[in-house]
Amino acid sequence: MNAIAKDKVFIAFQTNDETRSIVEAIEADNREAIVIRYPAMVKIEMPGRLVIRRETIEDLIGRAYDLRELNLNLISLSGNIEESDDEFVLYWNQH
Amino acid sequence: MSVVALKPGYSGDMKDRVENFHGKQLLYIGWEDHLMYCAPLCIPIEGSTPFGALTTAVIPSLYPAHPDTGRINWDEVEWFRSGERFTPDPAQSLAANGLGHKASLRFRTPGLTGIKGSCT
Amino acid sequence: MNMPTNPQKPAKKLSLKENYSHLTRGLGWDTSYQPMDKVFPQDKFEGIKIHDWDKWEDPFRLTMDAYWKYQGEKEKKLYAIVDAFQQNNGQFNVTDARYINTLKLFLTGVSPLEYAAHRGFAMAGRNFRGTSARIAAQMQAIDELRHAQTQAHTISHYNKFFNGLHDYTHMHDRVWYLSVPKSYFEDAMSAGPFEFVTAISFSFEYVLTNLLFMPFMSGAAYNGDMATVTFGFSAQSDESRHMTLGLEVVKFILEQDPGNVPIVQKWLDKWFWRGYRLLALVSMMMDYMLPKRVMSWAEAWEMYFEQNGGALFNDLTRYGIRMPKYHEVASMEKHRLSHETWATFYNYTHAAAFHTWVPEESEMKWLSEKYPTTFDKLYRPRFEHWREQQAKGERFYNGTLPMLCQLCQIPMFFTEPDDPTKICYRETTYRDEKFHFCSDGCKDIFDNEPEKYIHSWLPVHQIYQGNCFRPGTDPTAPGFDPLAEVLQYYGFHVGEDGGEYLGSPDAKNWKAWTGKPAVSE
Repeated sequence: MNAIAKDKVFIAFQTNDETRSIVEAIEADNREAIVIRYPAMVKIEMPGRLVIRRETIEDLIGRAYDLRELNLNLISLSGNIEESDDEFVLYWNQH
Repeated sequence: MSVVALKPGYSGDMKDRVENFHGKQLLYIGWEDHLMYCAPLCIPIEGSTPFGALTTAVIPSLYPAHPDTGRINWDEVEWFRSGERFTPDPAQSLAANGLGHKASLRFRTPGLTGIKGSCT
Repeated sequence: MNMPTNPQKPAKKLSLKENYSHLTRGLGWDTSYQPMDKVFPQDKFEGIKIHDWDKWEDPFRLTMDAYWKYQGEKEKKLYAIVDAFQQNNGQFNVTDARYINTLKLFLTGVSPLEYAAHRGFAMAGRNFRGTSARIAAQMQAIDELRHAQTQAHTISHYNKFFNGLHDYTHMHDRVWYLSVPKSYFEDAMSAGPFEFVTAISFSFEYVLTNLLFMPFMSGAAYNGDMATVTFGFSAQSDESRHMTLGLEVVKFILEQDPGNVPIVQKWLDKWFWRGYRLLALVSMMMDYMLPKRVMSWAEAWEMYFEQNGGALFNDLTRYGIRMPKYHEVASMEKHRLSHETWATFYNYTHAAAFHTWVPEESEMKWLSEKYPTTFDKLYRPRFEHWREQQAKGERFYNGTLPMLCQLCQIPMFFTEPDDPTKICYRETTYRDEKFHFCSDGCKDIFDNEPEKYIHSWLPVHQIYQGNCFRPGTDPTAPGFDPLAEVLQYYGFHVGEDGGEYLGSPDAKNWKAWTGKPAVSE
């Protein structure tokens, strides 16, 4: 293994009440996640791979959640996507 | 291949050929080290115009607001045609000086480098 | 309950994957009355070889029911905010009226591209023979139409109070600086469907639009414009779907045939450079036109292109794809791009539908902090000189039309990659005619397909050919003023829409209506 830093993926949401829980869930499931707050926007960066889990969000908001609801508050993202009913994953391939 | 097209042999019309400019040609003029006038200028002009008219009338009228305009010593000016240094003959026409349609003419004024030497 | 009971067990709910698969695989068919090549005549001439269309995957796996549901929710949310903004006279809560000029540029320069994208994706959807590709293009065509509409609706409110917003579609088709975005998009639309999606979905949306929609829209919020931020972010939420699709499209094409790799690389080189040149407008919006700034253009370029774009291209190296050609030139230009662009509009603002101004002293201080190697040395003297001239009542305007790049159609103000004091000139001769370019990037694109660009509609040349006057105009009439006539042809209200900001009707109205100074402290 060489010591090259892993390329980061990112996802950004509008700042609002719904995304507060989503960001919390992401922080819980991705320990190295870096959360950056801009006017009206919150951006989360993560080296290599970032996972968003439906169950973690549901535990926080106390209702059933469809991961496609992410679309409502999403601003942008970077990385390859793998989406299932339970997880939304962003990743770069070289890792 | 000169273009990737649905129809083989596609060819475009030459939009800016000299015939479209009502008896004039285009000439581009750029003043080196002077970027207050942000880009080279484009003017329509008769190809028969003597080169000397550029320095006596045309160029000064293009840069009226630059403080260096009145300080130009035209005898020292260095001229570039398509980026190559050349010595124009002021008595000859633009065409005879090799400045045809859409020619690029640049000039450098030694000792003058814009406002506070910033190439402005 | 007296509902009749269903004797059968309810059908198991389909998973996301199954649902998407039924939509994109089950609903397509091969034609039999006519050969497929005649039904889809445009998806082969570009040289791209597709062996198995079923390998096309939309990672979001959005089905129509979910699409309508979520898009409907986005719309309701957006219009609720726009209503609240209007009812609250939000237009008077922005930092100052200089800010509105970003919206003028946005509405005339960007919104018509949304509509063009709608048309472009509708055409792409018609021309791909793969069902999932057609569905993806169709959804995107609808998204883009939504963006054009929401932007017009939101900004129309500003049109009641500020100048220059009254006829954006008319202007887009005629005005000199708007030929830059217009010709960019028409270049893409007049290419084949594969080049179009590579250009727009990948090179523009994935690689470059973050620079417009993330820092600029966040900047709009920072300047108090919640209406714009809302349409911006609402559009961008569709955009993240488009970007993802852009990456999938490129991967799909590359995986289908090794012969596709050099074709795609050439497109990536071309469309990176074309998109980057277009973003010169965004650089000045960020550094000069937002009265309160979130980040500089150079910082945004480092974050969104050098880091994020770098990661993206690292991911694609396994297909034999490299970083787009001349990306290093773009990085060399990051400390001067916004200054050169703003200075150009300062030169020609009397022929624009928005205002320009000299930055305030505090703003120049910010610019020198953000651009320590260039601003004080190269650009501050220019602005200070202009400020002095303005104080004497001699506001500087450039009275002669500029030389344009044949390819990007931007005035030739860009400087040599290694020398910010020398204009970058490149030229080539084709069919005995000279053509000029602002950069090696633009010259390469021309040299690859000269027949496509020899008939570019260059605004300066068109004016000199006499093609930019209203019908019935007699240019030989005594006292004929060509500039005034061209501005009429553009649909401008001369004396209101363009020129210096200080003292403009916008600045006066702002003071009268809000009681606040025309330039915020």
